[in-house]
Amino acid sequence: MMATVRLGARQLGPAASESSAPSVPAIEAIGLTKRYGNRLALAGVSLRVETSECVGIFGANGAGKSTLLRILATLVRPTTGYVRCCGLVLPGQANEIRQLIGVVGHQTYLVDDLTVWENLDFYARLYGLRDAAGRIQEVLDRLGLGDRAGERVRALSRGLQQRLSIARAILHRPLVLLLDEPDTGLDREGRDRLQALIADQVARGGAVLLATHSVEFGSQVVSRALFLDQGRLAWERPVGKELAGELERQLRRQL
Amino acid sequence: MIVARQIYAIVRKDLLLELRAREQVAGMGVFALLTLVTFNFAFDLTGADRAASGSGALWVAIMFAGLLGMGRAAAIERQQGAWEGVLLSPADRGTIFLGKLASGLLFIGIVDALALVLFTALFALPVLRPMVLLVVGLGTVGFGTLGTLFSVMAATTRAREVLLPVLLFPLALPVVISSVRATTLLLTERQAEVGPWISLLLGFDVLFLGIAYLVFGHAVEE
Repeated sequence: MMATVRLGARQLGPAASESSAPSVPAIEAIGLTKRYGNRLALAGVSLRVETSECVGIFGANGAGKSTLLRILATLVRPTTGYVRCCGLVLPGQANEIRQLIGVVGHQTYLVDDLTVWENLDFYARLYGLRDAAGRIQEVLDRLGLGDRAGERVRALSRGLQQRLSIARAILHRPLVLLLDEPDTGLDREGRDRLQALIADQVARGGAVLLATHSVEFGSQVVSRALFLDQGRLAWERPVGKELAGELERQLRRQL
Repeated sequence: MIVARQIYAIVRKDLLLELRAREQVAGMGVFALLTLVTFNFAFDLTGADRAASGSGALWVAIMFAGLLGMGRAAAIERQQGAWEGVLLSPADRGTIFLGKLASGLLFIGIVDALALVLFTALFALPVLRPMVLLVVGLGTVGFGTLGTLFSVMAATTRAREVLLPVLLFPLALPVVISSVRATTLLLTERQAEVGPWISLLLGFDVLFLGIAYLVFGHAVEE
């Protein structure tokens, strides 16, 4: 049974799944299009992600995955279409939505010349976190970065920077995680940690929307898959045995 | 309260970054020094000419150094990728603008102080007076406000080094003219005539602050 999201609930916690408020989708997008000049990056994409669900978006480069996630992350305004996140509407309630979402993107969103701790402390202040120090230590330990707090981001490997980027995204306990190629640069341990984190997010009543090229990683964590082809939603399927093979075939065909 | 904390977070981060990288204030300071020294040697500054040319030299140093610093700051923030992280936070766009403006003004203020001391030493004109400092402060706020807005807009483009002055200077012209005229009048001991220029400067500061605060959200949106 689907867990529910309390409207106005700021952060994800155990109580989020215990509420008796009516269920609203974590993400609801209708007819999203995005045009960059003459190029149509998204062509009428509609999707719905429920709470306690991890949905995967697959597709080749340029299929529109990142554009879709950037619209949902409030970074890009759609040319046409409608977005609601946990019952809040874009663009009018964008600030409230930003409090509810955590984003991992192609960039790490980290300041290279600051230390690991200083980066997270900066974001903790922007999000107005109480007990910031405790929460920072918690997410660092969760991502296996507990002993790297004093190191500058510039000195970290790409994989460790990606782990820190994930730590930054979950710092404020978001209800919805928007992950764009989150496994980029991660080693086996990093992937395992990410997988556990996604499972925990879903188990606690949150939602995850994951864009990835990696059929292997994606099919392990998602419960439903969407396939984008040239900005259009080509098909949508629950995860099953034949899904991985179908995704591989589609990706090869697009390439 | 949360707004103040978010502004403080942005200023603190920029200050920490500057203390580590030293990419802005040092460059701006050297530019201001070179400008003032060049003007000092280029002109035969005597009598009233010294006040008129001197105030021009002072404002060229302040504004071009400010331009250099603001353009660099926006470019660094984009390069490091943290800018979108800030935009992803629940901080209101207007709050982000105020944070960036505060840190920009802090850095330009440091360069202002340096330029004023150098100016006093090189031009032997009494600029370290409350009224002159007020004019420098108001001029810096007006220029910094527009600079903060346009440097963020220009940073998204490939031709940002060219685009920033092209966007900034035409609109900053009222601030430039008012600042130079007010400073010249103060340095030539014509305090009675300076009132309208200071009022004009104050008016443009309020206008630019209001407009920049309101349009910043649109300026950073794709």
